[in-house]
Amino acid sequence: MANEVTLTIDGKTVRVPQGTLIVDAAKKIGIDVPVFCYHPKMEPVGMCRMCLVEVGRPVMDRATNQPVLEADGTPRIAFGAKLETACTTPVSEGMVVITQNQKVASARREVLEFLLTSHPLDCPICDKGGECPLQNLTMGYGPAESRFLFEEKMHLAKHVPLGELIYLDRERCIQCARCVRFQKDLVDDPVIGFYQRGRSLEIVTYSEPGFDSYFSGNTTDICPVGALTTADFRFGARPWELKPVASICTHCPVGCNLTFNVRREAASGGKLVIKRAMPRQNELVNEIWICDKGRFAYHFVESPQRLTQPLVRKNGELVPASWEEALEAAAQGLKQAGENLVVLAGGRLSNEDLFNLRKLADAQRGKAILYTHMGGGDLTQQVGLTPGSNLGSLGKGDAVLVIAADLHEEAPIWWMRLKAAAERGAVLVVAGARPTRLERYAAKVMRYRYGEELNIIQSLMDGAVPELSQAENLVVFYGAEGLDLLGTNALAQACATLLYRSGHYGRPNNGLVGVWKEGNAQGAWDMGFHTVGNYTRTLSEAAAVLIAAADPAGDDPLLAQALDRAGFVVVQELFLTETARRADVVFPAQSFAEREGTFTSGERRVQRFYPVIYPVPDCRADFVITAQVARKLGHALEMASPAKVFLQIASEISHYQGLTYPRLAEVEEQWPPVGRSDLYYGGTAYDNRQGMGVALPALCQQQGWQLPMFWNDRLPERTFELAAMNQQGMVWLVPFNRLYDRGTTVKPSQLLEKRMVSAHIALHPETARAVGLSGVEKVQVEGLDGPLPLVLDETLPQGVAFYPRSAGVPALAPRGVKLHAVKAEVQEG
Amino acid sequence: MSQYILLRHREIPNLDQLDVYLKHGGFEALKKVVTQMQPADVVNEVKASGLRGRGGAGFPTGVKWSFLPNNIWPHYVVCNADESEPGTFKDREILESNPFQLLEGLMIASYAVQANVAYIYLRGEFWQIAHQLDEKIAELEKAGLLGDNLFGTAYSLRIYTHLGAGAYICGEETALLESLEGKLGQPRLRPPFPAVYGLYGKPTVVNNVETLANLPPILENGAQWYRRFGTEKSPGMKIFCLSGNVNRPGNYELPLGTTFRELIYTHGGGIPEGRKVKAILPAGASSAIIAVNDDTILDTPMDYESVAAIGSQLGSASVIVADETVNMAWLVARTVNFFKHESCGKCTPCREGTFWMNRIAQRMMAGKATESDVDLLETVANQIAGKCLCALGEFSVMAVQTGIGQFRVDFLNQVKQTAPATQGD
Ligand SMILES: Cc1cc2nc3c(=O)[nH]c(=O)nc-3n(C[C@H](O)[C@H](O)[C@H](O)COP(=O)(O)O)c2cc1C
Ligand code: SF4
Ligand code: SF4
Ligand code: SF4
Ligand code: FES
Repeated sequence: MANEVTLTIDGKTVRVPQGTLIVDAAKKIGIDVPVFCYHPKMEPVGMCRMCLVEVGRPVMDRATNQPVLEADGTPRIAFGAKLETACTTPVSEGMVVITQNQKVASARREVLEFLLTSHPLDCPICDKGGECPLQNLTMGYGPAESRFLFEEKMHLAKHVPLGELIYLDRERCIQCARCVRFQKDLVDDPVIGFYQRGRSLEIVTYSEPGFDSYFSGNTTDICPVGALTTADFRFGARPWELKPVASICTHCPVGCNLTFNVRREAASGGKLVIKRAMPRQNELVNEIWICDKGRFAYHFVESPQRLTQPLVRKNGELVPASWEEALEAAAQGLKQAGENLVVLAGGRLSNEDLFNLRKLADAQRGKAILYTHMGGGDLTQQVGLTPGSNLGSLGKGDAVLVIAADLHEEAPIWWMRLKAAAERGAVLVVAGARPTRLERYAAKVMRYRYGEELNIIQSLMDGAVPELSQAENLVVFYGAEGLDLLGTNALAQACATLLYRSGHYGRPNNGLVGVWKEGNAQGAWDMGFHTVGNYTRTLSEAAAVLIAAADPAGDDPLLAQALDRAGFVVVQELFLTETARRADVVFPAQSFAEREGTFTSGERRVQRFYPVIYPVPDCRADFVITAQVARKLGHALEMASPAKVFLQIASEISHYQGLTYPRLAEVEEQWPPVGRSDLYYGGTAYDNRQGMGVALPALCQQQGWQLPMFWNDRLPERTFELAAMNQQGMVWLVPFNRLYDRGTTVKPSQLLEKRMVSAHIALHPETARAVGLSGVEKVQVEGLDGPLPLVLDETLPQGVAFYPRSAGVPALAPRGVKLHAVKAEVQEG
Repeated sequence: MSQYILLRHREIPNLDQLDVYLKHGGFEALKKVVTQMQPADVVNEVKASGLRGRGGAGFPTGVKWSFLPNNIWPHYVVCNADESEPGTFKDREILESNPFQLLEGLMIASYAVQANVAYIYLRGEFWQIAHQLDEKIAELEKAGLLGDNLFGTAYSLRIYTHLGAGAYICGEETALLESLEGKLGQPRLRPPFPAVYGLYGKPTVVNNVETLANLPPILENGAQWYRRFGTEKSPGMKIFCLSGNVNRPGNYELPLGTTFRELIYTHGGGIPEGRKVKAILPAGASSAIIAVNDDTILDTPMDYESVAAIGSQLGSASVIVADETVNMAWLVARTVNFFKHESCGKCTPCREGTFWMNRIAQRMMAGKATESDVDLLETVANQIAGKCLCALGEFSVMAVQTGIGQFRVDFLNQVKQTAPATQGD
């Protein structure tokens, strides 16, 4: 290839693309050039000077522009007087690089000696000790002893909170700026930086709260020393005591690959305890990053509030019962209900759980219903991303549309990857009713009023953004902001139509992605769950309801009432939720960390997770609970192991065909190398040895285009009339998503408490005036209990009232409501 | 030679007043350039004059201008008025007393590269000068000599001053640009050079105050006239900042190639009490020290090549003279302390190395060092050399290496003392 160059490094010949840096070219052939400031995911800065190597270039004859040859016919090489930094120097044709000679060895030893002059050398009490690049490179290349007088060292603050999540040890910082550059360049949260100069340089935070970024934890992975540590892990354990276990984050549809580090602890009676959550490399999903929710919000797993035994209602009270008793009671109740059974499941269950739940519903001729406010999962199956897709490969010529979603809050790693795609040249179009963070990188922002989402899609079909319609590849992310179930269904349908009309489906890097609220919502659709138009009616009319991993009663008082009207209620849960409190039988379920299984991400990648800790005694996996109930009803469901359930999934569900646990556990070589012996290079993210998962095919690839086309020609202009609603004195009550909400699986992580969003109503000041709420501090939403604090925000659209989802406002999906002022006396009383 | 071309205010009273400056041919050169010359002609004229940058590196000014790509716009010109090298005080005199000549030069440079915006970056301590310059700029705009459609042409130019916050490193051109952009003053990686990727990522010329002040006379009188001064390879006049153990320290405008002897004895009035010159730092604290152990060294002409030939650099020509009473260990310790204080901290060898050298030097001056510390100091300096990201780090070892190399006795005497040194402080 013309744009490749050939060079030799330590005598080995290597051919790499033009522009490759020497350090990476060397790494590709297994030659380690030690680095501190360089990171393969960031632009080089040449600050630490650790990577100095000897570089020679062929001498060119000026007249002929040909290399000058030695007597033996080899090109004459001229070596520079100075060593060069391998991290900033791009390769060139005929270059000769030497990384192993006395000169280079001395330079490395000398730079390390410099770094160590200011280093506290407190490895024995340092969290990084054992996985520290400085420690390792010193062992490899450093001086045996220092000539710097110990008493001449500077003493600096060692416990500087950069906020409540990340701590800085100023003595350990080697001023490599990896953290600063990550925050500025990769996630555009430049909230930390250097202050002062020279030896006084220090990392400071500029934000309130300190280090205000959803990605802050990643800096602790790439910090090459123990200067940055998380409040979650610091002084928690030594790295070498930790066992790594592969898992998947359940908090959002990205499905980031995680490694949980566990250790047996005497304080916990010798049980395995999770010490920290770390990113596990999957360049197709999360690369080497995770967001802080994934890193810090796992504590629900070990919460003391977990249910630990079955409960059965006796004389109106839920009382502890044996498994046998509870299973019997559940089976009796369900049997009596006959076909009028509703199985309601949440999208955080594994595929195996969902599959068995659906099988039970089928066997009883009941309904398997997904508890969600968002539709369209049947369409993402049809025209979702296909194998070979990778958001990390989107760039020039490709386009991405994001509509009705706030990815920074709902799926941070997707946000990060789409930002990068836009910076690589992909055309990013962001359509929303209000400003979101992703718009900063958008080639085009399309603003609409709630209810007019389809109009945007129609205009795109009409060619409003030719770079999008004519792009080589197009990925569409749709969310549910401001939309109810019917609205999202219509939006998904419209997006599918757009993709179909422009031919962007059925091939890699094309298709529809749902920005689900739950991590495995896509899996639930795949396992055969569906939505219904009216959850309240469906629940209230059911003779029996089996609910797993969903809390409708806690989300909405109307649903709570409906549940009260329902016949017999069985609940499989981690916690005693509002829904569980209303049940006749409650089964304590295992969390995802206590068992294995699979999740299907929003990009439709099926990924395995593994048992991390021992199960809470007497809890059972959801698929087992379901199968045991089913057995009592005379149905033989698989419960021997998740792997066996998965075999059934693979044989029954067409696009899962051919998948097996071993296949999901396959890995391929990834770039850049991270972890273990390469942690000086890529950081302490874990390398992936337990599986990168398998991307599902889109059904349209297998079966051709099967989508029902609802609209022959043009899409309806709007799904509802916001203006008309406003004229009646009503506002559209819209839940918005915040990463740190107070949901069941987030709240127990106390570390995030300060950053969790609180219940409130937000209005544009104009809207507040229009509905007579100017100067009011608290409002009452008609139909909901209790007053809520009112916040005015000029960036919001008008005619709409916002509240944070899963933060204590008991409403699930948008609706038209009236707002009333609450008098001061009332709130005091 | 009585004729000044830079320090003309010494002959013409009130040259810092616009009317006086105009009366003495002020802005004639600019007018000629803007109305009669193509930008490329200006670049060629300056190339032909052989003018070399007076900020220290001595890079040919016209050649530097010609590196600006003509397919990337806008272009910027930045005047480097950070003057922070110890012993350098020439730019200040121009800025204070002959400001219009600098402004005219800046405008000529701007026209030559077709920049419509130019900045003057001044060290923070020059806030009064900045204030005066702002007034002069306003005056020029009012007089129609600066602003839109200069001399009725299509060419427009605005000039802004910007104050640094007191960092020597911000005199380094890429750190200066960072600082000017409002960022932490740390040097950038080079390449790309400012000529291609400068202010806000656009092609930028950075020139020293003195360099720019040379432009009006060059454009007015022509390259050949300018070449009458100085040497073949270092043409022109230069302001030498003379300080240290001399009777008459100060700025002296002399042709390049004037000998040290002439500067020190003819103009500087010689050494107090007739003492002998022991050493010369021709480029301030950044110099390789010239040991004057042989009197003929003083006959070295002060041009870029001749000074380099005796192992030093002319730099910004801040000639610091040390006589035989000076303890070179003390002098070196002072430079070390300066660089430790001014290291920006971006790269390891300079950040850590200057700090370490300073610890050793402090110990040495406090009478707490041993002979092996002298070797250690030298090793640390050698260990820094050649590894730094920018020239500051490389400068920081010059005096140490050449000081210990040539005046080891002073260092050995110093470490034999057990009491703190008192000299000079
Ligand atoms: C550490 C350091 C400090 C410098 N300080 C100054 C300064 O104060 N003034 C200046 O004009 N140039 C200074 N320079 C040189 C500038 O980087 C640059 O070369 C110069 O401004 C170019 O202008 P010239 O070509 O007109 O000399 C410094 C360079 C270094 C490495
Ligand atoms: S805190 Fe860590 S990552 Fe940040 S500059 Fe210091 S050593 Fe580098
Ligand atoms: S982006 Fe989503 S999946 Fe990834 S760590 Fe964050 S919450 Fe978990
Ligand atoms: S050599 Fe010194 S001043 Fe220059 S970049 Fe490095 S630390 Fe900063
Ligand atoms: S300078 Fe190359 S790795 Fe830091």
